[in-house]
Order: sequence, then structure tokens, then C-alpha cells
Amino acid sequence: MAIERILKDDANEEKGERARMASFVGAIAITDLVKTTLGPKGMDKILQSTGRGQEVTVTNDGATILKSLHIDNPAAKVLIDISKVQDDEVGDGTTSVVVLAGELLREAEKLVAAKIHPMTIISGYRMAAECACNALLQRVVDNKDNAVKFKMDLMKIAMTTLSSKILSQDKVYFAQLAVDAVMRLKGSTNLEAIQIIKKPGGSLSDSFLDEGFILDKKIGLGQPKRIENAKILVANTAMDTDKVKIYGARVRVDSMSKVAEIEEAEKEKMREKVQKIIAHGINCFVNRQLIYNFPEELFADAGILAIEHADFDGIERLALVTGGEIASTFDNPESVKLGHCKLIEEIMIGEDKLIHFSGVEIGQACTIVLRGASHHVLDEAERSLHDALCVLSQTVNDTRVVLGAGWPEMVMTKAVDELARQTPGKKSHAIEAFSRALIAIPTIIADNAGLDSADLVAQLRAEHHKKECNAGIDVITGSVGDMAELAISESFKVKQAVLLSATEAAEMILRVDEIITCAPRKREDRM
Amino acid sequence: MALAFDEYGRPFIILKEQDQKTRLRGIEAQKANIAAGKAVSRILRTSLGPKGMDKILQSPDGDVTITNDGATILEQMDVDNQIAKLMVELSRSQDYEIGDGTTGVVVMAGALLEQAERLLERGIHPIRIAEGYEMASKIAVENLVHISQKFDFGATNIKPLVQTCMTTLSSKIVNRCKRHLAEISVKAVIAVADLERKDVNLDMIKVEGKVGGKLEDTELIYGITVDKDMSHPQMPKQIEDAKIAILTCPFEPPKPKTKHKVEIDTVEKFQTLRLQEQKYFDDMVQKCKDVGATLVICQWGFDDEANHLLMNRNLPAVRWVGGVELELIAIATGGRIVPRFQELTPEKLGRAGMVREKSFGTTKDKMLYIEHCANSRAVTIFIRGGNKMMIEETKRSIHDALCVARNLIRNNSIVYGGGSAEISCSIAVEAAADKYPGVEQYAIWAFADALDSVPMALAENSGLQPIETLSAVKSQQIKENNPHYGIDCNDVGTNDMRQQDVFETLIGKQQQILLATQVVKMILKIDDVISPSEY
Repeated sequence: MAIERILKDDANEEKGERARMASFVGAIAITDLVKTTLGPKGMDKILQSTGRGQEVTVTNDGATILKSLHIDNPAAKVLIDISKVQDDEVGDGTTSVVVLAGELLREAEKLVAAKIHPMTIISGYRMAAECACNALLQRVVDNKDNAVKFKMDLMKIAMTTLSSKILSQDKVYFAQLAVDAVMRLKGSTNLEAIQIIKKPGGSLSDSFLDEGFILDKKIGLGQPKRIENAKILVANTAMDTDKVKIYGARVRVDSMSKVAEIEEAEKEKMREKVQKIIAHGINCFVNRQLIYNFPEELFADAGILAIEHADFDGIERLALVTGGEIASTFDNPESVKLGHCKLIEEIMIGEDKLIHFSGVEIGQACTIVLRGASHHVLDEAERSLHDALCVLSQTVNDTRVVLGAGWPEMVMTKAVDELARQTPGKKSHAIEAFSRALIAIPTIIADNAGLDSADLVAQLRAEHHKKECNAGIDVITGSVGDMAELAISESFKVKQAVLLSATEAAEMILRVDEIITCAPRKREDRM
Repeated sequence: MALAFDEYGRPFIILKEQDQKTRLRGIEAQKANIAAGKAVSRILRTSLGPKGMDKILQSPDGDVTITNDGATILEQMDVDNQIAKLMVELSRSQDYEIGDGTTGVVVMAGALLEQAERLLERGIHPIRIAEGYEMASKIAVENLVHISQKFDFGATNIKPLVQTCMTTLSSKIVNRCKRHLAEISVKAVIAVADLERKDVNLDMIKVEGKVGGKLEDTELIYGITVDKDMSHPQMPKQIEDAKIAILTCPFEPPKPKTKHKVEIDTVEKFQTLRLQEQKYFDDMVQKCKDVGATLVICQWGFDDEANHLLMNRNLPAVRWVGGVELELIAIATGGRIVPRFQELTPEKLGRAGMVREKSFGTTKDKMLYIEHCANSRAVTIFIRGGNKMMIEETKRSIHDALCVARNLIRNNSIVYGGGSAEISCSIAVEAAADKYPGVEQYAIWAFADALDSVPMALAENSGLQPIETLSAVKSQQIKENNPHYGIDCNDVGTNDMRQQDVFETLIGKQQQILLATQVVKMILKIDDVISPSEY
């Protein structure tokens, strides 16, 4: 008698070895996919969307690549998720985390094939991860107290991050840009305050960081194009028709003249509102919502610059830079804080007119204008810059810094190898495997650069057996170099996050011995 | 298919459309049912114990869940078979009642079914088997009470509680920092527990998670977190000694429930209405200010104007706070939920020592912490972890740990884990079996064998020789008359669970045995399965 089916028809169950195989294969496939983007000589990927227009994205950013993939393999989904979290949490290292997790699983697969229980591997990995983290912690440099050195650190980190991206040609320039932008945030991690405006045209090196603030809007007709010593009121209020908000109110009239009267009253109301706004003693008014022609005209008459439809972020940033508050009622002009800036003028970038606020008071927000040959370049540049900004803002909070280019991996490998030798039992195999997985990262970096990875890694290893060594892979010359001299640094927080999340993910996938897939939800066929 | 004939020899139909239905009867039906039940328990068997494995579950929409929790696995498994659904129910009821041991109960039921199958083959009537199981389960439960121990703990001495929670957590992926999490869970339960009434309202413990950070960053907050930020970006981000007005009325113009119209036919009316409107907003904000509130938490949205007025009068506000959170805030801060502005009085305000906004990561994620509340009877466990699945699994694990801690507060009896309780019960049941005359004796023996299967699975999952280990432990228990010997899953080197500090709650174990027996009885009594055939 056949055993009854327990699961629904299309549901699927994979057990034991098969399940483990499926997850290993999925995870390793994902790793191999993004592996080639790692490092300064990593290649880009073209992603074509299936949606209308089949938009094309060219990118080198691990999180972006993985986000756009449609994956069915559950283990692969775990890896995509960690890369996404890495992006949200620290912003960079999205490729490294996936590659490390994949390498850990690749090593684990060999161990499982050698009949070592996954739980043993997990406990070995855990010990190794902790040991690696401690080893790194001992070698961190913290220049928190020395502002000049710290700024140098930031500069180095930014350059290291950018060197693997499309911006690598102008990395010094952009690194400076990113550092300046982040320093303006004064420790806040709210990157919303840094606005990135993309304008096609020009070349990447034409990009600039603006001291003030640029709003991608046009100035209303007949209004001054240039205001000095501007007093700005930032508002979020309806300037179209000021509706009566009381529920159920409606106008019922019995003659045309009455309609005219009401209309007049409405106009009067708007006029009053405008008067009130003007009474704040301002010469610039920025509103989040629409401004109709009538009030606009009134503003123009009063010589006030009125900017409509600045989106929410724009308003918030503007409030941040100018120090004004976002107002919605205008009855108490004395208690509303106005924003100030030295000069408002219309500027041209490419073909577009933008409004430029310069000489702002508080200056917590800023604008970066990116120029580039095409949309794809600009998009990728934005992503790269975003990564750099994220890393920098995190580094400002956690000021510990490590060297880059395979240096941290080698330091960790050394410590982990040491641990493996001291650990009795099967776990030591797993610990060794962990160190092999760590070495895979510099190997891949070297491979991607077309160098002889085996030779380089061996050299590096030998170097690291000396005390206090700063050796890493110098991809440009293709040899082992001193990372401290080459000024390649990374944020400790990023490295730590990579290590921990990759181990966590590998552990999670290793623990699985069964995959149950539910029947996919039936889609209605729409012909 | 049954075909009946009337007195003239004409066939007539008993079941409507019977040729479209499949039907299993008698021993066939029982065997099919048992096979289905066993198949379910086989899936869970490998998840048992500290070295148990996890399962990946992919939902119909492609979402991935990775878990070790029996109840969750079964719930998401998309089971079609009727008997398998019974097993799912079984695990769920253990989850509702006890919260922990959801895997164990299914494994136990599976073992009982397996034993029953053998007895059926010998020709023993299913009802007799069921009765024998019933008797055996009574003996086992009595034995559990006999070997259980009470231990004392208080608000200050939480070590025993922590150890029990650690036993629960050790089988989950979070076992890396089980001590930390166990302490958090116990502290949370102690904070909300009513030790005199021996009751714990787990609703008072909110479990929140946010991806990012590491598991070690998980913290217990004596207060509430709300996944919201201040309604106006420029409101202060930190308020000390906050007096909180908790409102369920929007800062919007009134919306009377009766249908009405406000007719405007003259300019004067238009203007008065306008003034009214302004005054209305002004009044609302002023009322909050008058009673001395320094923070407004509102269930609904704010009109732009009201928002600015609040900002202008330096009254920070939070909008769109969910109903459940609102209630928790009210309980924690000792405030009252106020449905109308008119009813706002100073007494109804909640108090909190510190309210602050905290941002995470590189995105604009913000959360509001309300801490040092007047009444600390509401706490939040805030979980951090590397990825979404990790957070979800940690939530489930914490839930289990919380349930265990609660059960201990309700009833402070414990038994020792690691399969020791099952082995001891098995010995007791086997010893008692011979006293029963009749066929039930066989069923009781079978029950004892089934009890052995839990420690056997534990040993198997830990990579030990199952039969060898089990018999060694069993003989040790009998020889030394000590029910604390169990399976040494973690390779610590001792079999004594008392030294290993592996505890489980008495009621949890009792419930497992009782529930498993009940379900098996139910399944055994079925002798006819009629189901519509597939088409």
C-alpha cells in the first residue's frame, strides 16, 4: 500500500543529503555570480529588467546585482538577504559578505563529504569567527582623538571603497567630496541630508559638492532671480485653493452673483493668507505643495521668491540647512523660525535651471551634483558614492579603522590557523576550513586583477608570519605591498559586519537538513 | 465501494456520488492513517534536541523561513492529508498551551503510532491498544510527578529560571548566545509577572526585531519601542520626564457620525466657518498644552496645520501609532487612552522618564523608545540579527523561552531533560505493565518502547549510537535508581542532567505525553476514511 501523500500536490520535499546539496549548490552559484565584481579590478554586470522598456543597469555593487535577481533557491535567498542587510546597515561590503558566506559553505561541503557532522562544523566556525574578530580587534587603529589623522583615515577609506567602482578614475576627487559631505553631517548618520542631483552631460570630474544647497526647481514667473540676505520661510501648506476642512461643508447658492461673492471671499482668504506669510518679513517662500497662479502673482507683487512643489525631502533638507522650521500656519509670525541664507540665485547646470542657496547658516545638509556621460554612468556613480558616504558616516560613529586589500583577511587567517592547531577534536577541521575561506577573498581579488593568485597569497602569508606586518595585495603593481604606505584602509565596522553576517548565514544554511517547498500560489491566467 | 441491495435485490446508493469518492476501510484505513502520522513525525524527528537540524520552508509566495520550531514547521508545511492535519493540530495545541516541546510531542505521537502498527499486525483490536495507551500514559504522568523537583526562585534569584530557558534555547540557532537571551527572557517575564497570583501576561512583553547589528546586541528595554518617528522632522528627538497624552482622536476637523451638511450661502458664513476651523485646530493643541502634556501620541493622523501648531508650541507628537502599541504605552506609562480632547485631564497623562528617537543603519530607520515608565509592567525585547530569517527565528525562540519561564512561575516543578524523564517513565511503565492482565499489557509495553524513541532520536541527532547509548543510560538509571541520567548530547562527559543543568518544566512534559496519547487514540479509532477523489 502506497503511503498517502501528506503534502499538497505541487508541494515539494527534499531531505537530508539532497536538501543540503540543493542549498550548497544555490549558495555557491550566487557566490560565483558576484565573485568577479570583487576588488579594484572587479568587473561590472549588466542587468536587464523584465519590465516594460527592459531597462538596463550597469553595476558593480553586490547588493544591487543580487536585489535584481529572481531566485528560487531558498539558500540563495538567504545570501541575498544578508547582502541587503549589509547594505542597509553599513552600506559597503555587500559583495564581500556574500563571497565569504559562499566560500564558507564551499568549505563546509567538503567537510560534510568527509563525514563531519554539520553541527560540528558550525561550532568550529563559531569559534573561528570569534577568534578572527578578536584578532582584528587587536590590530585596529583608532584615531578618534586626532582630528587631522582621522580625516586622513576617512579619506583613505573613501578611496578604498571607491577604487572598486566606476569612480575609481577620479577617486581622489570623489573621496574628498564624500569626506567633506560626511563631515558636514557632524556625526549624524542620516544620509537623507546629503542630496545627490544627477545631471547628464559633462564628465564625471565635473561633479562637485556644493557648499550650499541646490533645489531642483524653477523660480516662479516675474519673481526676482537673485536675492541677497534671504529670509526663507519653509512651508507645507495648501496654496491652491485653501479648502474648508470641516467635514460636510459645501456651498449652496441661488444666484450667480452669490457665486461671485463666494469666489471673491475665497480669493480674499487666499490674499489674507499670503499677506500673513508676507508679514513674516520674508523674501523667499518655499512650499511643499502647489502654488496656484493667483498667490504666485501676489508673491511676485511683493517681490518675494516663491518656489512651489518642493518635494518632502527637499523641504526637510532645506529646513536643515537654513535652520528654519517647516510651517503650516501663519498666525504667529514672531514665533516661527525663519531660515537664512546669504544668496539665492538661479544657476544653470547643463541645460537645466536650478535654484542655488549659498551661504547657509547651519549647513548640515549639502548637495552633490554628479555629472556624467549617460544615465547608466550617473546611476552607477550615485550608487558608488552612496556606498562611500554610508561607510564614512558609519566610520564617523565607530572610528576604528583597519588596513585593506586582503590585510584583514590575512590577520584573521593567521589567528584562526593558530586556533586550529590548539583545538583538539573534529572541530579543528572546521576551523581550518574557516581560514581557507578567509584566504579565498584575497585570492579572488588577485584573480580578478589577472594576477598569479597562488603566488601572491603565498607571499602574503609568508609576510604575515613576521610580526606587525602591514602587507596586502597591491593590485596596481601586482605584488605584495605595504598597505599603510599605500593608504588603503577599511572601516572596522564593515569588516566585522561582513564576518559576523557571513558566518551567521553559513551557519543557518548548514543547519538545514530538509527543504519543504509549498505549492506555488496559482496565478490567474490573464489572456 | 459498498453497495447495498434492498429486499428486491436492486442496488441502491448509500453515499452520494460514491463512485467519485475513494474510501478506505478497516485495517487498511488504520494503516494508511498511521503511515501518514509517522511521515509527519519523521520530518520533525531530526529537529529534536540541541543538535537538531533546521528546515527551510518556502511559502507559496516564495518567502523563505528557516526554523527548528516544530509548530512553525508544521504550520507552514501546507499539509493536505487529514491525519497529517491532526498532527499539525497536536503541535499547535502544545504551542498554545505550553509554548515549548512542540517537536517532542509530534515525535512522541509518531512513535506511539509506530508501535500501534505492530500491535495491529498481531491482530490486537485498536480500541484495546488505545485503552492500554491510556493506562500507560497515566502511569507515566504519575511517574513524572514523582521524579519532579520543585525549586525556589524569586525576583532576585533567577538563576534556575535562566537555566531552564537555556535548555529551551539550546536547540535553536540562537544557542550561540543562549545565556544572554535566556537572561533577557527571564528578566522580561519577571518584570511583568504577578508573583503572588502566579500569573504572567505575555501580552505585556513585546518582541520587536530589526535587521542589522549582531545577535549579542539584543536588548531588553524596560519600556516600549514604537516603530514610528516624530510627526514633524524638527521636533525634539529626546524628551525627559515626558508627560504623555495618549489620544485616539485625530488632529483633524471633526467628523460627526450622523450625516450632515454645512451649507454655505453667504460670504459671512464662509468667513465664520473659516475662523471656526482655525479656532478648532488651535483649541485642540491648546488643550493638550493646558493639561501639561509634553508629548502627544496619537492613533490617527494630523492635519498639516495642526502639525505645525504642535511644532510651534513645542509639543512633540507621534502619529499613526497602532492600537496595540497604544494600549501598551498606556499601561506602561500609567496613562489613560483619551478618545476626545474635551476629556483630557492632567491625571490621564502617562509618565515616562525618557522618550528618545534612535536611528539605525544607513537608511532612515527610526524608532521611538519610551523608557523609565511609571509602571514597568510592560517591557520590550528588541532583537538584532544578521538577516530577516534570523530575526524571525530568534523571535520564535524567544517566544518559547518566555513561555517556559511563564510555566515555571505558574508551577515551579521541573523534571530533568536530555531524555532522562522519558527514560525514567519508560522504566516505570514497563515495570507496571506486568500487573495488567489482558491484551492491554502489550499496549503498555508498546507505550514504554515509544517513550524510548525520544531519547533515541536525541542520541541519533547528536551523532551517538542510539541503541547503545539508550541501553547504557537505562541500565544506569535502574542500577543507581537515579532518574537524572539522560543523553549527553553536547558531549560534556557526564550523563547526569542535574550536573549539566538541563531542565524542562513538569507541565510541559506532562502535557506532551497526554496530548500525544490523545491524538494517537483518536487516530486509532478511525476505521473508515471517505474522501472525494481528485479530479
